[in-house]
Amino acid sequence: MCFEMLGGRMLAPFFGSSVYVWGSIITVFMLALSIGYLSGGRLSLFNPSVTRFGCIFIVSALTLLPTIFFSEPIFEWVFERIEDPRYGSLVAATFVFLIPSIVMGMIAPYSIRILTVSADSSGQTAGFLYFVSTLGSAIGTIMTSFYLVLWMEVNQIIWFTFAILFGAGCIALILGQLDNRVQSEISRNFEKDNSKNSKLASQV
Amino acid sequence: MKRYLSVVISLISLYGLSNFVEARQIHKERSIYRNVVITEENNIRCMRFETRRRNITNQACIDLKDKDRLVFEYAHGVLAGYAINPNPHRILILGLGGGVLSNVMHQLSPQAEIVSVDIDPVVVKLARKYFDYQENEKVRTEIKDGRVYVKRALLKNEKFDWIILDAFNGDYIPEHLMTKEFLLEVKGLLSPNGILSANTFSNSKLYDYESVTYQQVFGKLYTFQAPTKGNRVIFGCNCEDFKKFPNASESLVSQLERYKVDPTEVWRAISDKVDWNTSSDVLTDQYSPANLLKRVD
Repeated sequence: MCFEMLGGRMLAPFFGSSVYVWGSIITVFMLALSIGYLSGGRLSLFNPSVTRFGCIFIVSALTLLPTIFFSEPIFEWVFERIEDPRYGSLVAATFVFLIPSIVMGMIAPYSIRILTVSADSSGQTAGFLYFVSTLGSAIGTIMTSFYLVLWMEVNQIIWFTFAILFGAGCIALILGQLDNRVQSEISRNFEKDNSKNSKLASQV
Repeated sequence: MKRYLSVVISLISLYGLSNFVEARQIHKERSIYRNVVITEENNIRCMRFETRRRNITNQACIDLKDKDRLVFEYAHGVLAGYAINPNPHRILILGLGGGVLSNVMHQLSPQAEIVSVDIDPVVVKLARKYFDYQENEKVRTEIKDGRVYVKRALLKNEKFDWIILDAFNGDYIPEHLMTKEFLLEVKGLLSPNGILSANTFSNSKLYDYESVTYQQVFGKLYTFQAPTKGNRVIFGCNCEDFKKFPNASESLVSQLERYKVDPTEVWRAISDKVDWNTSSDVLTDQYSPANLLKRVD
């Protein structure tokens, strides 16, 4: 939501702040989230792990970089080619905001997969995740529109978002590695125990 | 008991009556942005955006008894620009309102081409219907965001001798029309020695930020401080030096008489005093929290 609020500010110098521009931004973000949810859910079917989860965070952070460095020339390029501010803002928003928002959308279903322990508790897990993500959206909206734009420049706020996503990704990677070690330790012990048991069994 | 009841009833009816006398709503129309309302009170017809707030800002007003009289003080200030350039060939007005300024300028310089830009089609429609907004081969209207119009005009290498920024009357300030980048674009549209008159705010923390931004783009500024209202008109020039704000010529004084503009009063309120904090931040496309700054005193 923080990114979405900033989207309006970034597009305004080129396409104005008319109702169409906001319509374009919301459309692109909603479309991106729907694609993100779908592909995040699909991705969670193949060897889900905390490490991969962390990778999604890091990729989403990296997709913000073109927004910081190239959004203006992209907007300029679209502005020169499409005169109608409705389609101009729609195309420009698609170029700049679609991919980062798709990747961010993948986080939610993947989190559900990681957190779900059993089918019985899956509803509770999903409910908790919706709670966290929607609360996060509310905080992102209010912080951006009430305070962050007063404290920082638009690009600085995007860097700030980048840092949070990248940091969260790194934490997940570290946790994933630790988890892997613990798992391999357990399985090694398990194998040792198994071999001991089989030796004992053969002695008996 | 009866006495109390009668007091209550008379208070209620007085309240109702006062509301009625305050401003009679004669028309209301919904636009994609807001409800636009036309009111009449003591023969003054105004256009305003519907709000539940107490401090209502009118977008435009005319005196029905004397339609030539310029009701808004800031408009008196804007016309002082004729002293700098008595013969503008192309005029751009960003923010139409009732079209009052456009009408007056068309009368004062009938040879000039006037382009007015407003984002809201309903505002334009009601300006035509209730404020006698005149359009002809010299005067035309564009329904667009001001920034988009300016950017497109730059691509077409258009030039204007006088640009009037009048898009800041509502409760919500269009923040992309307050930044250094926007003002540089506006300056790029000005012909050599072209002038800018911007109707802006004179209170809140925004004052310092806004003034510094204009100063950085235009250098020397002159300001007209409306005597009783919170408006301030900033004059900037696309010229080498803007050393002096010329006095009103005799012909200008006589022309302005029709609109009940008192040149002595207007020129008394014009100064080049820098009364803002010059170390304030400049508003840019990256940093323009104008609406938040407006709330801070």
